[in-house]
Amino acid sequence: MAIMSREERTVLLDPFFNNNPIALQVLGICSALAVTTQMAPSLIMCVALTAVTAGSSLAVSIVRNYIPSSIRIIVQMCIIASLVIVVDQILQAYAFEISKQLSVFVGLIITNCIVMGRAEGYAMQNGPWSSLLDGIGNGLGYSLILMGTALCRELIGSGKLFGMVVLQSVNDGGWYYPNGLMLIAPGAFFIIGFFIWGLRTWKPEQVGSED
Amino acid sequence: MQMQEYINIFIKAVFIENMALAFFLGMCTFMACSKKVETAIGLGLAVIFVLGFTVPLNNLVYNGLLKEGALAWVPLLGPSLAGYDLSFLGFIVYIGTIAATVQLLEMLLDRFVPKLYVALGVFLPLITVNCAILGAVLFMVERDYSFTESVVFGLGNGVGWALAIVALAAIREKLAYSNIPDGLRGLGITFIVTGLMAIGFLAFSGIQL
Repeated sequence: MAIMSREERTVLLDPFFNNNPIALQVLGICSALAVTTQMAPSLIMCVALTAVTAGSSLAVSIVRNYIPSSIRIIVQMCIIASLVIVVDQILQAYAFEISKQLSVFVGLIITNCIVMGRAEGYAMQNGPWSSLLDGIGNGLGYSLILMGTALCRELIGSGKLFGMVVLQSVNDGGWYYPNGLMLIAPGAFFIIGFFIWGLRTWKPEQVGSED
Repeated sequence: MQMQEYINIFIKAVFIENMALAFFLGMCTFMACSKKVETAIGLGLAVIFVLGFTVPLNNLVYNGLLKEGALAWVPLLGPSLAGYDLSFLGFIVYIGTIAATVQLLEMLLDRFVPKLYVALGVFLPLITVNCAILGAVLFMVERDYSFTESVVFGLGNGVGWALAIVALAAIREKLAYSNIPDGLRGLGITFIVTGLMAIGFLAFSGIQL
């Protein structure tokens, strides 16, 4: 790896398993649960969030030395909100169907704590290049869980992947009984719960200390 | 007749379309601040407060400034501005309004109701980035509610969210005494409990209004 030093690679790859924004830091779960009934919109959501996180980390990091600390939250908010507006407009122009499906959740990227958390927690102290990597890494760590959840929910809930039939359901003359529970809210909670369980059994040092 | 419609919106917002359990909004704080019933009540109150203020306020902002043709009321310039559709600026304006309202509310509470201010503590400023608030505002815009409807909708959502977090906190306090597998302790079990609560709330979705 000539482009990245070891350190930079850690910054990029750490959020995947060692410091996952959703499973460990409990950030940004709202959208993780809401859009994951199907793979396609989840993928769009992941791309949108990764783009916004990377962009905002980069932008915040570039201007970090000029922001008075008393108004930094507002400045970050404005940067993030502007980026989200751009993403939303692009989606409405080129992927109107999916943008309708995601409805309010594109807008809710603004209040997604991952974006804000990375801007405040990392980009304010570090240079543009590593902030960009950190943003991308966290975006991808988020995407990992999002896509995993969507995979389970779409496969078990309707027997499809990306809208293509994988398990022929009973209604179409196949053998598979779709589990409707996966398509409604509780299914998402269970899947993330089990995912966290698995991750923490694999890496026991992540187990919460209290309660 | 009108009154009944408002009650419908309220019941729907509290039970059937519960912010936390049906739309997953405000989850971050929902998971993080639900360890004690006391803090959960404080946070719930703060959310009711802020939702009750910001949703109607943003309703005014949307209808008076951003909607297509909304600027027609401006004196002198009115007709020439009527063609503008500023709704793409929505996100940044809503979040600005929410941040400003929370700040203002904080100052007012500090001055006039210091007891409540102390009780809410750090939660009030945190609420700015709570997705339940922005989510409710965006739903309000999407569904094109009138001003009164938005007041009811905001309060209903706040009550629903508060109800959910207080219930979860109560369950978690009891959970402290149970024997949970190591990896599931803390966050994992909280998710699963929330899932079970969501199943409970699903029972309301059969209600016809």
